[in-house]
Amino acid sequence: MLRPFHLEEPQSIGDAVGLLARHGDAARLYAGGTELLLAMKERLINCERVINIKKIPALNYVELADSTIRIGALVTHDQLEKSPVLGQCIPSLVAMEREVANVRIRGVGTLGGNLCFAEPHSDPGTLLLALGATVVAENPAGKREIPIERFFLGAFETALEPAEMMTEVQIPIPPGEAAAAYIKFGYLERPSVGVALYLALNAARTQVMTARIAVGSAGPMPRRVPEAEGMLEGVQISDRAAPLREAGRVAARAAEAVSDLHGPADYKEHLIQVLLQRACDRVVRECQASAQ
Amino acid sequence: MSRDGTLHTGMNAAEGQLIPLRFRLNGVEQSLTVEPRELLLDVIRERLHLKGTKRSCDMQVCGACTVLIDGRPISSCTYLTFEVDGCEVLTIEGLGRGGALHPLQESFITHGGFQCGFCTPGMILSAKALLDRVADPTDDEIAHFMEGNICRCTGYKLILESIRAAAKKLRSRS
Repeated sequence: MLRPFHLEEPQSIGDAVGLLARHGDAARLYAGGTELLLAMKERLINCERVINIKKIPALNYVELADSTIRIGALVTHDQLEKSPVLGQCIPSLVAMEREVANVRIRGVGTLGGNLCFAEPHSDPGTLLLALGATVVAENPAGKREIPIERFFLGAFETALEPAEMMTEVQIPIPPGEAAAAYIKFGYLERPSVGVALYLALNAARTQVMTARIAVGSAGPMPRRVPEAEGMLEGVQISDRAAPLREAGRVAARAAEAVSDLHGPADYKEHLIQVLLQRACDRVVRECQASAQ
Repeated sequence: MSRDGTLHTGMNAAEGQLIPLRFRLNGVEQSLTVEPRELLLDVIRERLHLKGTKRSCDMQVCGACTVLIDGRPISSCTYLTFEVDGCEVLTIEGLGRGGALHPLQESFITHGGFQCGFCTPGMILSAKALLDRVADPTDDEIAHFMEGNICRCTGYKLILESIRAAAKKLRSRS
């Protein structure tokens, strides 16, 4: 049984952030509820007001404009998994969404809610870091864009202000000579380790021009690893084995892996190195396939 | 403005808010008034007295509490009841027709798709959601869709066989 709360159903983003501004910590935004209701059941979150944002029109969309995919705050994992435009433009995101939790959670839970909750053991944030996504947020004073590498601050902690609501996620579409992959490992209901890699190759698909590496679930929050990315940039695809091993070691250290019921930290560090190699093989294969 | 048409500003904001609902449960029109906090599993079991929907993990992992809302499987243990306003809710009690079992129920019996039976209502409703959408799923599609329904007895093989056989039977009917 949940503790009693009052339900608010604002009809606009302005009204929703107004309620947050007025009630502070006593109010929480609610969309899918897959994370919030769990935390309320466990009494980890006690709020007097639940602000249902599903009545706000025009927050449920997946749109392509100016080489960017825009995803509204109410879009569920299931919608992303089945989005034809996303399947065409960012197949790595569709593949990741297909494996989030289970079919019931994918049908109800939203991408926006997943990011805002910042649960450490989670998939989307890690891939969105490698894809170079941006989070759009609105507060009573206006609207701002937050690059996703500045969005996660810690376990269950984001850069959102107390009276701020995420309204959109923007993802630049990888160009033809680029691709991304997210690979995870886990045997519990949530992922134990996740690694995402984005590579842009040269036109001949023989050399890495740009690399973005992100690690998640192993530590308190998903993070980019620029030190490891630099080790891959400029590398010839045929000579990638040694720099990739080194990048894996650096990424494993940067993950700040913790020992918990998912396994000891050194085991997770080992997994990160293995998963990065597999992600690289997959990305290179996709980049080269797109050249033919 | 709240759903009950009042503006609440006092300290006891949570007290007293009631939401009137109309929805169809297993094909029958229902009118119910709920507090915002009431979870669907509690309402189905304790207020509507349908005990086929089971509580097990209570955290959306095991699938024992699965019900279908407008044909979509959800975990009723972690779902607010007011959300079903205007929807069609299906529990295991609504699956058979006039005393006859649904082909999925028959199939789970003839193929031994359960032992203790605790996970079975959720298994069958998840499988129904899949077969309503995909009449002829591959083994991989069945396994992927059913991944979130956990059974501690059968080892899953007989469950997958039950679903495969039911799909075949349903196809031959239509």
